[in-house]
Amino acid sequence: MVAFTLNGAPAAADVPDNATLLQALRGPLGLSSPRFGCGTEQCGSCMVLLDGKPAYACTLSAAAVAGRQVVTVEGLGTPESPHPLQAAFLEEQAGQCGYCLSGILISAAALLAANPDPDEATIRRALDPHLCRCGSHNRIIRAVRRAARRMQEQGRAP
Amino acid sequence: MSNGFGAMLPAEDGRPRLPGSLHLNRRLSQWLAIHADGRVTIKPGKVELGQGILTALSQIAAEELDVSLSRIQVQAAATPDSPDEAVTSGSLSVQHSGSALRHACADARRIFLSVTSQRTGVPIEAIRVEDGTFLGPQGEIGSYWSLADADLLETEASPEAQPKPASARRLTGTSVPRLDLPDKVFGAARYVHDLRLPGMLHARMVRPPARRARLTALREGPLPGDARVVRDGNFLAALASTEWDAEAAAARLAARAEWQTEDSLPDQPSLTAWLREAASRGEHSVVQERSDPAAAVSHSIKRSFTRPYLAHASIGPSCAVARWQGETVEVWTHSQGPYNLRADIAKTLRCAPERIIVRHMEGAGCYGHNGADDVALDAALIARAVPGTPVRLLWSRAEELGWSPFSSAMLVDVEADLDAQGNLIGWRSHIISNGHSSRPGRGKDPTLLAASMLADPFPVHPSINPPMAAGGGAPRNAVPLYRIPALHVATTRLLEMPIRTSALRGLGATLNVWSIESVMDELAAMAGADPLDYRLRHLDDPRAADVLNRAAAMAGWRNRTKQEGRGMGLGFARYKNTGAYAAIVAEVEAAERILCRRLWIAGDVGEVVNPDGVMNQLEGGAIHGTSVALLEQVRFDRQRITSDAWETYPILRFSEVPQVQVELIARPEAPFLGAGEAAMSPAIAAIAAAIHDALGVRPRALPFTPENIAAAMDAEA
Repeated sequence: MVAFTLNGAPAAADVPDNATLLQALRGPLGLSSPRFGCGTEQCGSCMVLLDGKPAYACTLSAAAVAGRQVVTVEGLGTPESPHPLQAAFLEEQAGQCGYCLSGILISAAALLAANPDPDEATIRRALDPHLCRCGSHNRIIRAVRRAARRMQEQGRAP
Repeated sequence: MSNGFGAMLPAEDGRPRLPGSLHLNRRLSQWLAIHADGRVTIKPGKVELGQGILTALSQIAAEELDVSLSRIQVQAAATPDSPDEAVTSGSLSVQHSGSALRHACADARRIFLSVTSQRTGVPIEAIRVEDGTFLGPQGEIGSYWSLADADLLETEASPEAQPKPASARRLTGTSVPRLDLPDKVFGAARYVHDLRLPGMLHARMVRPPARRARLTALREGPLPGDARVVRDGNFLAALASTEWDAEAAAARLAARAEWQTEDSLPDQPSLTAWLREAASRGEHSVVQERSDPAAAVSHSIKRSFTRPYLAHASIGPSCAVARWQGETVEVWTHSQGPYNLRADIAKTLRCAPERIIVRHMEGAGCYGHNGADDVALDAALIARAVPGTPVRLLWSRAEELGWSPFSSAMLVDVEADLDAQGNLIGWRSHIISNGHSSRPGRGKDPTLLAASMLADPFPVHPSINPPMAAGGGAPRNAVPLYRIPALHVATTRLLEMPIRTSALRGLGATLNVWSIESVMDELAAMAGADPLDYRLRHLDDPRAADVLNRAAAMAGWRNRTKQEGRGMGLGFARYKNTGAYAAIVAEVEAAERILCRRLWIAGDVGEVVNPDGVMNQLEGGAIHGTSVALLEQVRFDRQRITSDAWETYPILRFSEVPQVQVELIARPEAPFLGAGEAAMSPAIAAIAAAIHDALGVRPRALPFTPENIAAAMDAEA
C-alpha cells in the first residue's frame, strides 16, 4: 500500500513494487488524464507534477511517491473552475486528437509557476520533452502565453 | 458497396441519386433521431480521428434543422446500426457524411414542417423554425420535440429535400469551438484507452524478434499473480488482472520463447536498388497519357526522387477492448472503418460478420491505416480465452512504431521537356512502390496482422492501390496539374511486400508533389522565370492561381531578399487533383542541419464548415509534412524494424516547429473539397525548394538530412 497526496487529497493504492505511478493512477486510483505513450520518458504523455516539478509517471515506481504530492490534470482545474491554462487551451482551440495535452498542460503549469512571463523560446524549450503528432504546437504555445498574461493580470499564484 | 478506399464510388443502381453516403444508407432514421426532451442525435458512420469531424457534422445538422448546436449529440459509430460509410479517410468525411447529413436534416425538417402544416393549416412557407420550435404568423404551432414520437424519420430520404442556400447559413462557416476539446483539456475518460468495464482483464502481446519467425518452443515457468498465456501458433500474449502483471508476464514469456527467425527484409542502404529490382517482377500500369501537338523539344531533364518507409507514429499506442459473450464478439476500437474491421475479424474467426459488434471510441490522432485494426483483432483473439470477460489490450511503443502498417518506400523517375521558349511541353514519369492500401474489409483474406500468425494462418497479399477515381495510391497526385501537351505517367506496383504497407496521410502524394514541384523549379530556372510566375503560366485553373498568389503575398515572395544560410521555397498541389488546393511558402535555415522556420499556407477547401477547424488541419498537415521532410525514416535490418522507439524514429519537437500562418480563400457556394491531407505534400515541396534557395542543391531523397543533402551535392558535383 502506497499513500501520498493526490490532487490535494490523501490517496492510497494497493499496488506492488513493480507497478508504475502511471499504472496506479490509471488503475486503482481511477484517473484518466495521465496517458501512456511510450513507457520510456520520450514523449511526455504521462507527465504529472511531483512535489511541484514535472515527472514522468510511466517510469516512476508508485512506491517512490509515498508521502509526496502528486498533481494531475484532474487536479489543475475542472470545467466549472478551470485552470487558466485549461481556459486558454480552449480559447486558442489548442489541440486536435488531444492525447498529448494532459502532459503538456502539466509541464506548462510547472513552467508558469517558475516563470510567470516566459517568452516563446522558453515555452518551446519547456515543452520539448512533449511530442504532439497532430501539429497543434503553435496553438499550444499561444495558449500558454495567453494563460501567462491572464495569470499576471489576475495576480494569481499558479 | 463500401470499397474501403474512403471514397464511395458512385453506384449506378437506378435509384435517384442522393448526396454523399445517403445514397447507400437511405433511411433517415439511420442518420438522426429527434427526442421529445429537445435533443437531436446524429449518427454519422465517419469517426473522430482528432480532425474535428464531430464538430463540423454537428454544425451541419444544427444548421439545416435550425436548432442550437447544444441540442446536437453525436452517436459514436457502431455496427450494425450506424450507416456504413466505409472508412474515415481520403479527406472525404465532410463530402460523404456532411453532404448526407445536410440532406437528411433538410429532409427531416421538410417532413416535420409538412406534418405541422397539415395539422394546423398554416402553409409550410409561413412557418419559421427557431431553435426547434415552429412558429406560424400567430405564434408557436409545434416543434420537432412534440412530434418526436411520430416515427416520421422511418422513411427513405427524398431527393426533393432542399438544403439551405449558402446565403441563409448562419452556423456553418463559423468557427464554433470543438465539441471534443473540453474533455481533452480536463483529462476526461474519452479514449478507448480509458474504457474500464467491470471485471476487465489486461493483455500484452509478445512479438517475435523478426518479421519472419516461428515460435518453436515456450519454456514453462511461473508467471506473476494470476497471469496466463494465450497462444495460437505464432500469436503469443499474456493476460492478467492488472496492467503490471500483464506487462511482467509478457516480459517473462518473451524471455522463455524460442523463435526460429529468417532474413526477410531488404538491405536498407541499397533500398533504391531493391525497389528497381523488385519492380522488374512488379505490376506495371499506365496512370495517364496524352500526346497533344506541341512545339519541338529544346531541352530535356531527367531526375529521380526517393522516399523511405514512413511510420504513422501516433502518440498513443493502439488499444482495443474485446469481449466474447455467447456467440457474440464485441470490440471497442479506434478503427477508421467499423464495418470493414468487422468483416476482417469475421473472416479471421471464420464466422458471420453479424456475430461481431464493432463500437468506435476515439484513440490518439490517426493519420491513416495504423495499428488500430490490428490491435482490435489481437484483443478479440485473446478475449476468446476468457468468455464473458472483457479484455483490454494496449500495444507497446515498440509495437506501434515497429508493427503497424507503414507507408511504402517509393522511387520516381521524371523526364521533362521544354520548348525553345522554356515552356513545359512533355512529361514522363514512372513511380515504383508497394501498394498504399492493405485496409481490412475488401479481400477474401483478412489483412489484419495476427491473421498470418495463427496456427491456421491466412496468406498475406501485397498491398494494392486505390483506383485513380478514388485518388489513386502510389500515383496519387502524380499527374501534374500544370498544362503539359504530352504526358505519360506510369507506375509499377511491387508484388512482394517484405514490410507491410498501407495508407498514410497523402499516400503517394508526399513523393509525387515534391518531385513535380522540384522539377518545375528547375525548369523555371532554365527558363529564367520566377518559380511563382512559371507555375502560373502553366496553370489554367483560377483557383490554383489564387492560392499561389495568396501564399506568395502572405510571405512577401515578390520582395524576398537573399539571406546567407536562409532560403525560401514554394510548393503547390490540389490534393488528388480533385480535392483541396494548397500553396505553401517555406523559409528554412541551413545550419548543421536544416530547420524550417516559417510556413505561409493558402488553402481553398471549397465550402468551409468550420474555418478554425480547417486552419488547424492545414497547419497540422504542414507540420506533419515538415517532420517527414526533415526527420522521418523507418530503419530496419534484414530481420526486423529497428526504429521502434522515439529515439530511433524522431518526429518534430516544439523547438523545431516552424511558425505557421494560414489563410483560407472563401468559396461558400462551392462543393466541399476536404482538408486533412491537402497541406502535407506542398509543405515538403516548399521545404525542398527552400533548401535549394539556401544551399544551391536540390534534395533527391527524403528525409532532407545532412547525409542526404550531402549525397545530392556529391551527385550534382
